[in-house]
Amino acid sequence: MTPQEPLLSFRIFSWRRRGARNALGGHRLLSGLAWLVTALVLVPLVAVLVIAMGSSQGVWPHLVSTVLPHAVRTTLLLMAGVAILSSTMGVVAAWFVTNFTFPGRRFLEVALVLPFAMPLYIAAFTYIEFFDFTGPLQTAIRAAGGYTSVREYWSPEVRNLPGAIVIMSSVLYPYVYMTTRLLFLMQSVTALQVAQTLGCSRFSAFFRVAVPLARPAIAIGITLCLMETLNDIGAVDFLGIRTLTFSVYDTWLNRGSLAGAAQIATVMVGFVVVLIAAERAARGRQRYHVGRAERGRFRITLKGWRAAGAAFLCSMPPLLGIGIPGYVLLDFASRRLAKFAHPELLAAATHSVTVAAATGIVTVVAGLVLAYCARLAASRFQHAALKVALIGYAVPGTVLALGILVPLARLDNSVDAFMRATFDVSTGLLITGSAAAIVYACSVRFLGVAQGTIEAGLSKVTSHLDMAARTLGRTAQQTLFDVHVPLMKKALGAAFLLVFVDSLKELSATLLLRPFNYDTLATLVYSRASRAAYGDAAIPALLIVLVGLVPVVMLLKNAAPAAPERRGSG
Amino acid sequence: MFDFSRRPGTLTALLIGGAVALLGPGSASAEEKGEVNIYSYRQPYLIAPITEAFEKETGIRVNTVFLAQGLEERIQAEGANSPADVIMTVDIGRLENAKQMGITQPVTDEVIERDIPAQYRDPEGHWFGLTTRSRVVYASKERVEQDTITYEELSDPKWKGRICIRSGQHVYNIGLIASMIAHHGEEATEEWLRGLKNNLARRPEGNDRNQAKGIFSGECDIAVGNTYYVGVMATNEEEPEQKEWANALKILFPNNDARGAHVNISGMAMAKNAPHPENALKFMEFATRDEAQHIYAEKNFEYPVKAGVPASDIVASWGEIHPDELPLAEIARYRKKASELVDKVGFDEGPSS
Repeated sequence: MTPQEPLLSFRIFSWRRRGARNALGGHRLLSGLAWLVTALVLVPLVAVLVIAMGSSQGVWPHLVSTVLPHAVRTTLLLMAGVAILSSTMGVVAAWFVTNFTFPGRRFLEVALVLPFAMPLYIAAFTYIEFFDFTGPLQTAIRAAGGYTSVREYWSPEVRNLPGAIVIMSSVLYPYVYMTTRLLFLMQSVTALQVAQTLGCSRFSAFFRVAVPLARPAIAIGITLCLMETLNDIGAVDFLGIRTLTFSVYDTWLNRGSLAGAAQIATVMVGFVVVLIAAERAARGRQRYHVGRAERGRFRITLKGWRAAGAAFLCSMPPLLGIGIPGYVLLDFASRRLAKFAHPELLAAATHSVTVAAATGIVTVVAGLVLAYCARLAASRFQHAALKVALIGYAVPGTVLALGILVPLARLDNSVDAFMRATFDVSTGLLITGSAAAIVYACSVRFLGVAQGTIEAGLSKVTSHLDMAARTLGRTAQQTLFDVHVPLMKKALGAAFLLVFVDSLKELSATLLLRPFNYDTLATLVYSRASRAAYGDAAIPALLIVLVGLVPVVMLLKNAAPAAPERRGSG
Repeated sequence: MFDFSRRPGTLTALLIGGAVALLGPGSASAEEKGEVNIYSYRQPYLIAPITEAFEKETGIRVNTVFLAQGLEERIQAEGANSPADVIMTVDIGRLENAKQMGITQPVTDEVIERDIPAQYRDPEGHWFGLTTRSRVVYASKERVEQDTITYEELSDPKWKGRICIRSGQHVYNIGLIASMIAHHGEEATEEWLRGLKNNLARRPEGNDRNQAKGIFSGECDIAVGNTYYVGVMATNEEEPEQKEWANALKILFPNNDARGAHVNISGMAMAKNAPHPENALKFMEFATRDEAQHIYAEKNFEYPVKAGVPASDIVASWGEIHPDELPLAEIARYRKKASELVDKVGFDEGPSS
């Protein structure tokens, strides 16, 4: 089997598809749906562009001369740092847990995913507490050295660029870990064995074979990390890092120019598009084939210092990503146990779960439609158009939320005006200010995550199956439901769980769009933390993490290629 | 997972049911009587005592939504059908901004005009203040001898390496810097800001509470912060160690003997398209009553604006405050300039050494 084969057959397949118009009734519906989803994703982005066309009230000369040079540099350094550190953490850990056996491996394999449940803004404030003068570290230093003032000793400072890189990487690396681990599990052991036969050591096989083969997975993971880094405002604000997103906010709020803010956001989005395009171009037309998962693959058993080293390397990321923040949150929460019974917590948790689950379903359905249509798509233009979903992720949350608010309110007001004129009934604002608006915002934001996961799953279904199904008279739509969906249950489940956890953590769009008397766990955290009552924020923060841990662990179980899987693909 | 192919009906029902559930809270009609809707930049915890007292007395149901940014934009986008009746916020800049965006309406009401001093009201009646808070200097009891201070003095080299402050771009600092521009002009303020920057002990970061902590830890000797944080720390029962942080510092009201200390307000306004204007007015009048003024101010250790209503005991213990009398609307005009100066001197990059 040559690498070209599937590509070739796919070409023939698309040619045939175009020829056989009659069989396409279902496909029209699908592609109609795909365009509808794309349009719905584009609406808020276009709205942001429209806002950006407004007068910037002369903020640019000021921005260019004083703000941007520093902000661009800081943003680039932060992104470079997060890319390097999070990918190192994710890839190295994934390599060890999939290829070696050492004490604690099974536990660490799960623990390594846990930081995914930790929202970035919560990680930032817990880190500040931990490394602060009154935190456990400095208290211990003072006790050991008999010091009284901070000026008498040195301790690590986290409120700076290196600190931000470490904190952000510690909670974002699971994106890389999850995608890469799955790929390593599926990587054919033969490739590595061949490498070793040809004289590669295990160590150099990692760099020369395993990592290059895992490149698409690593790239997806890093892209998601960088999007989160770029659109974050909570953590950078706590940590005093003046990124471009920070400039977006102070241009809007302090210099009164929403248009100027939207312009910066637009430039940032352009930047991300270039970044993604560059990575894709660098990968070019290379195809990455992974063999089938070979369970019972032998893991090398590590002994002595090597085992200790592996355990150490794999326990650092979860320690940083959930150990330190978890310690601080538990400490705060332990002093307020009575408050766990507060009824508003239960209501907020219900709201959070409802919104997250709804967003999960919406994005899985939309992502499946987009991914499947991309598989059928004939032209490059269609391929590109189906990728716009990713852009929503790069826009700072509040700006994206404004992009949703403005057109939705306009729609509601037009419907209301029409109903008043025709039936003399006022419908008021139907969607604006309802939880549905939050679901819309979260869906636009996280659709890229779902779509990426589903595409990865879909790419593992060989196109021979499509052809067989179509030859047997199934339409494109029937093929999707009868062949792909059953084969892709795991990918769909993973997409749902990823989006669920991301939505659970979402803060800025929820804050702006929510209805009256409607708190989610994240908004409770914010309303308390924003008046510096971090202790009171700890309980809802802990609940976010706890609620998030369930799907995160399911995600890992789901992603483990269990032995019976082989039957289907063999 | 769900098997969509076998039961497309289940999926549809799920989606429709979900949509209804999600739309539910939003479509609770704004036409209902006996409600008042508040859009608030103030934390729910702070406004709950007066909204609850108001509900109890009048039977009018209070709905609130708390926002971090974009409150004005949301009301503007919602337009004629906006459910917002009352806007509650801190910072004069935001109140002025709401007025300029055309999302408020003027209120002429005898009670409000009688109870709220003119300097804390919009001359056209678009907004009025409820409480004031002062931007003061926290000074180490141990390491700072003097008991009076001026804002101008903060750029004096004698404080080199001894001052802590949060980001210059934070609204509280923007307000303070704008008041400096209003008093001394742009050039003098720029120079002052450079001096202050060079006196900083560390890069601006965190919030006011972190600055107070900086004094406790010995990292700085004085810090700039709002009065109420000290009250919040001094009464923290869950983390009693915070009482020590509060105890390590004394509050100095800058310029108290001359032009007065910079104050900012928390205030309220009636939304332009308020669906329940009568209830909104009732709530506004309620908020100016002695007892409401007292509880609202007490909850966040602020000063009631209404003459004759005493501040809480803790607040009173900080000493007499003499507020700057320059009209707040005048100060608000320099906010943009202030924000630009902060960037121009690279304030947030911290001391240059």
